[in-house]
Amino acid sequence: MTTEVRQAAAVALKGVVKDFGTTRVLHGLNLTIAPGEFVSLLGPSGCGKTTALRLIAGLEQLTDGVIELGGVDVSGTPTNKRDIGMVFQAYSLFPHLTALQNTLFGLQMRKTPAAEARQRAAEALELVGLADLGDRYPYSLSGGQQQRVALARALVTSPRVLLLDEPLSALDAQVRLQLRLQIRRIQQTLGITTVFVTHDQEEALAISDRVAVMNAGHIEQIGTPEELYLTPATPVVAAFVGMSSLVRAVIRGDQAWAWDIPLPVLGPPTTGDCEVFVRPEHVHVAGAGDPRFEAVVETSTFLGSMRRTLFRTDDDQLITMQHDVSETFTIGTRVALTIAPVPVAVRRVKTRCATVRASD
Amino acid sequence: MKTSFVPGRATRWIIAVIVGAFVLIPLLATLEYTFRDRTGHSFAHWAAIADPAKASVYKPLWTGLTNSLILAAVTIVIVLVLVAPTMILVNLRFPKLRRVFEFVALLPITIPAIVLVVGLAPVYRVVGHLFGTGAWTLAFAYGILVLPFSTRAIQANIDAISLTTLTEAARSLGASWFGVIWRVLAPNLRGGLLAGSLISVAVVLGEYTLASLLARQNLQTALVIVNQSDAWVAVIFSLLALAFCFLLLLVIGRVGRVGSSRKEQA
Repeated sequence: MTTEVRQAAAVALKGVVKDFGTTRVLHGLNLTIAPGEFVSLLGPSGCGKTTALRLIAGLEQLTDGVIELGGVDVSGTPTNKRDIGMVFQAYSLFPHLTALQNTLFGLQMRKTPAAEARQRAAEALELVGLADLGDRYPYSLSGGQQQRVALARALVTSPRVLLLDEPLSALDAQVRLQLRLQIRRIQQTLGITTVFVTHDQEEALAISDRVAVMNAGHIEQIGTPEELYLTPATPVVAAFVGMSSLVRAVIRGDQAWAWDIPLPVLGPPTTGDCEVFVRPEHVHVAGAGDPRFEAVVETSTFLGSMRRTLFRTDDDQLITMQHDVSETFTIGTRVALTIAPVPVAVRRVKTRCATVRASD
Repeated sequence: MKTSFVPGRATRWIIAVIVGAFVLIPLLATLEYTFRDRTGHSFAHWAAIADPAKASVYKPLWTGLTNSLILAAVTIVIVLVLVAPTMILVNLRFPKLRRVFEFVALLPITIPAIVLVVGLAPVYRVVGHLFGTGAWTLAFAYGILVLPFSTRAIQANIDAISLTTLTEAARSLGASWFGVIWRVLAPNLRGGLLAGSLISVAVVLGEYTLASLLARQNLQTALVIVNQSDAWVAVIFSLLALAFCFLLLLVIGRVGRVGSSRKEQA
């Protein structure tokens, strides 16, 4: 592949604040992305992840703070001068142009000589596996094909940074899986700095170098997928990344005790009543001598390579166990379970709000 | 239970014939009238148009026709250069103003032309100082008069495309604002712009009140004048104006297609 790669640029957000009217949607965001790195902004809808991306693109104006591309402050630079490539959630191909003409657009805007532009556009389409469909108009392409053309169109100008705004969320599951792998492969081949916005934690974990988990306008934690999964810094991250059962526990010393099972604790030390996040793969059938609790099988789900079974404990809590498919449980059976001593994230139990309105 | 009524082949033909007759009979009757002379039918009235002896009688018609064509052209320019970009701007950057814009654009339809003239007369004293008293200056008023029609056509097209996404995509690819409008939005709004322009031409060619009351000559005022001395030739010109509108429709449609096919080859 001869698509030339320019020096990938670093991206830095420093104290980025964004207000929409009187509502503050970003509260001083700090984020540094290394050249060639693939970083996902992950969070529930309304957490500000798309706003952050649009600020990098210059499609929204900063309220306060600084955004740097390649070490240069671009806060005052309009979108068309930022040298970025962007793929949108909605289908954004120009309907009056063919796939090839769409891909040529950015090069024509940069006054690239026609012969060179044609060659680069053809290469970009080949890169996304659509070399044969250059003559097609967007209406005759499937959703997945349209997003691949959009990717080729964004990459063809060798931008300093690639911005992906939930580009897969309009696609069906199979295409989504296939295309996300393709995006990651192309990104690694070209070594282009990439910011990827998604609300799908599985997607973020699967393709990112690092993931920034966002909530309510700030970053909860930023780290590699492994770090987020194994050592979530906050309850929000523990709840949002991966699957967990929330279990009541008491902190004594530096351990959380759930049903007399001691569990190492992540994060700052706390005391008293709390809830801990237990991953389904850390729940096992109790062996001889293991600390244990009793539970009744509620449902069991076959997932191909594994099985997940939901239990209701005697003190009326729900806990999920992930286990081998060969192991089966009949609904209603009583089972003795244990939890592996793997560090767990802890959430303080919210005290009941005692305020009563005066009028009542 | 039948939920929708789909007319059969015969019914559709009957409807087509009735509607066709409704449109064509008056036109054919008008055409027949232009061929009448005292004894029977002849081309006498048509031939008279080119008769040098009658040139002075028909002169207002030629002046009016020329003025109306110029007015139509200037009005189209106003629609394409002023109204359309304003609408794009309102839809992109000031969506809250959309309702206000729609209301303002509809006003000319609710205000009688006679009332409009009362307001326009003093304005046109200023216009006269600035641009002279040429008939083409009426186009400023016509630009307003055609607003309810031209904006409808353009807005329908704007609503049918994803204006914001296309704009943001073009911006992210390095297009200037002019590039966005010229290279991306205009081609996708072609249908709306074309329809808006055509309906503007139709309104301008049929406009009488403003021209008459502001003492400018256009096709309609000329027809009224000539009608008093030669009814036949007035009718002939009305027919020709109508035919011209049809022709315009065909030509503009063709030009649009040629433009797009050339782009496809580029």
